[in-house]
Amino acid sequence: MDSYLLEVKNLYLTREGRVLLNNVNLSLKPGEIHVLLGLNGSGKSTLAYTLMGCAGYTPDRGEILFEGRDITPLSLSERARLGITLAWQEPARFEGIPVGKYISLGMKEPDRQRVLEALEAVALPPAQYAYRAVDKTLSGGERKRIELAAVYAMRPRLAILDEPDSGIDALSLTDIEHLIRRMAAEGSTILLITHRDELAEIGDCASLMCLGSIAFIGNPQETRRFYREHCRLHPTPLELMRMGLEQEEGQA
Amino acid sequence: MTRASRFPSPSSEAAPTWAGELNAMMEAYRQAGGDPGVLQLPQVATLVISANQVLVAHEIPGVHFEAESLPHGVRAHIWVEPHTRFTQPVHLCFGLLPAEGEQEIIADYEIGEQAQVRFLAHCSFPNAIKVEHRMQARIRVGRNASLTYTEEHFHGPQGGTVVLPKAEVVVEEGGYFTTTFALTRGRVGVLRLDYHVRVEAGGVTELVTKAYGKGEDAIHVREVVVLEGPGARGLTRTRIAVQDHAQSRVDTVTEGNAPNTRGHMDCTEIVRGQAQASNNPLVIVRHDQAQVTHEAAIGTVNRKELETLMARGLSEDEAVDLIIRGLMR
Repeated sequence: MDSYLLEVKNLYLTREGRVLLNNVNLSLKPGEIHVLLGLNGSGKSTLAYTLMGCAGYTPDRGEILFEGRDITPLSLSERARLGITLAWQEPARFEGIPVGKYISLGMKEPDRQRVLEALEAVALPPAQYAYRAVDKTLSGGERKRIELAAVYAMRPRLAILDEPDSGIDALSLTDIEHLIRRMAAEGSTILLITHRDELAEIGDCASLMCLGSIAFIGNPQETRRFYREHCRLHPTPLELMRMGLEQEEGQA
Repeated sequence: MTRASRFPSPSSEAAPTWAGELNAMMEAYRQAGGDPGVLQLPQVATLVISANQVLVAHEIPGVHFEAESLPHGVRAHIWVEPHTRFTQPVHLCFGLLPAEGEQEIIADYEIGEQAQVRFLAHCSFPNAIKVEHRMQARIRVGRNASLTYTEEHFHGPQGGTVVLPKAEVVVEEGGYFTTTFALTRGRVGVLRLDYHVRVEAGGVTELVTKAYGKGEDAIHVREVVVLEGPGARGLTRTRIAVQDHAQSRVDTVTEGNAPNTRGHMDCTEIVRGQAQASNNPLVIVRHDQAQVTHEAAIGTVNRKELETLMARGLSEDEAVDLIIRGLMR
């Protein structure tokens, strides 16, 4: 019998009369990179906030088991202390909190070397960033990288990464992939949330979320194919560019 | 006119009578976040005033002090010669050590044209139970000169301090004046800050005020920026946190009176417990090529900021504390 780090069983969430999570079932093995695919509005971020225990995201029914223990009654802080954390899709900004301090918040022991390593892992030169504030002087891309660095530095048991690729240029997408693999190699289990199916290839396993439910679970290739065939109505900009190039080549 | 000498040396056999007072002031200075060792460096201009006594007035080339005692304070004239530039800030240390009393500082600052100078002022009232500190400053920043003035207060835990800082500032053509007033450690007591800055052509000013009120503290910040000359720019940035039954009121006024003037007022106030805060920005524009904007966020700590920190394992109280401390930095 498989032992799971995280098991979500029959989870329901209703907010303001709308069913946002509808009988969600999901399991993650320790050390696994699990990609959760889905269109915008399918309930991916809602699931992330519910797993994390954010205010207003208490499930109506169902269980969230972490190492077999029901963590549904636990607060956000208590879940974080168990080793669960979330990299936010649009991370908050903080006046007066230096980047280095922010990155070290989740670490069990202060470790300056780990902070520097985390910044390097997201391709931000420590000398330029460690003492800057995590405020609005940072670009959206810089802020997202710092969020990932903070999660990496924490060495979480379970890292929920909500759309880590959004708002970041194509060059640093490679850095993100590299970072996720590095986290997994250090023993973290990853729940990678994205609407870009090309990212599914990073995963050991992938699920597809649709209308608040898990519609498909399989290996990344199968899930990606299912997503493209059943969910994605429009090609991505990259695909449009490729199609344009192919068309030009055909005409030539 | 009083001119004080450098500190007595530790080995001095006949230490002046005010040596004990000076040591106590240095301890208060340390509590306020200053490093007393810096004040002993010969290359650092230093003015130390305790109650109505000038304990130290150490000048360096280009920086001059004149001071006279008044019944309840000191009148001081501080001027920086034109073209003077140095890396170390001028250190000012004001304070009152007894539990009760009053201190009035009437100060004229003149920054000569093209001078570039920083002032670091520490105001300590560590034992205050019933203390009133009044500061009346007139500041002239000369043409193309730059003055950065940082003032930090330490009031002790009693909340018995009344602080009334008032400044009339003129920033002449091309000049730069930025000031940071911080009262974030110990109790505020009563703070009524009243700054008026007039900025001439091409000049720039930035006023930053930070205060953390607790208990029954009362904070009133009034800042007026008049952008008088073409191209003048001004920013007020107010950061207040109040908790318990503390009250805060921020009145900011920016006038854009000339072409290409740009002004902005930015106020954030965090309210906890039974505390109360208000912000009243007033925008006055008297020229069709001027622009003045304002933004304010008043209320509880942002939920997303809280949860972001809690997702790293901080408790809610720890997260709130960190956010407020960041805001007060």
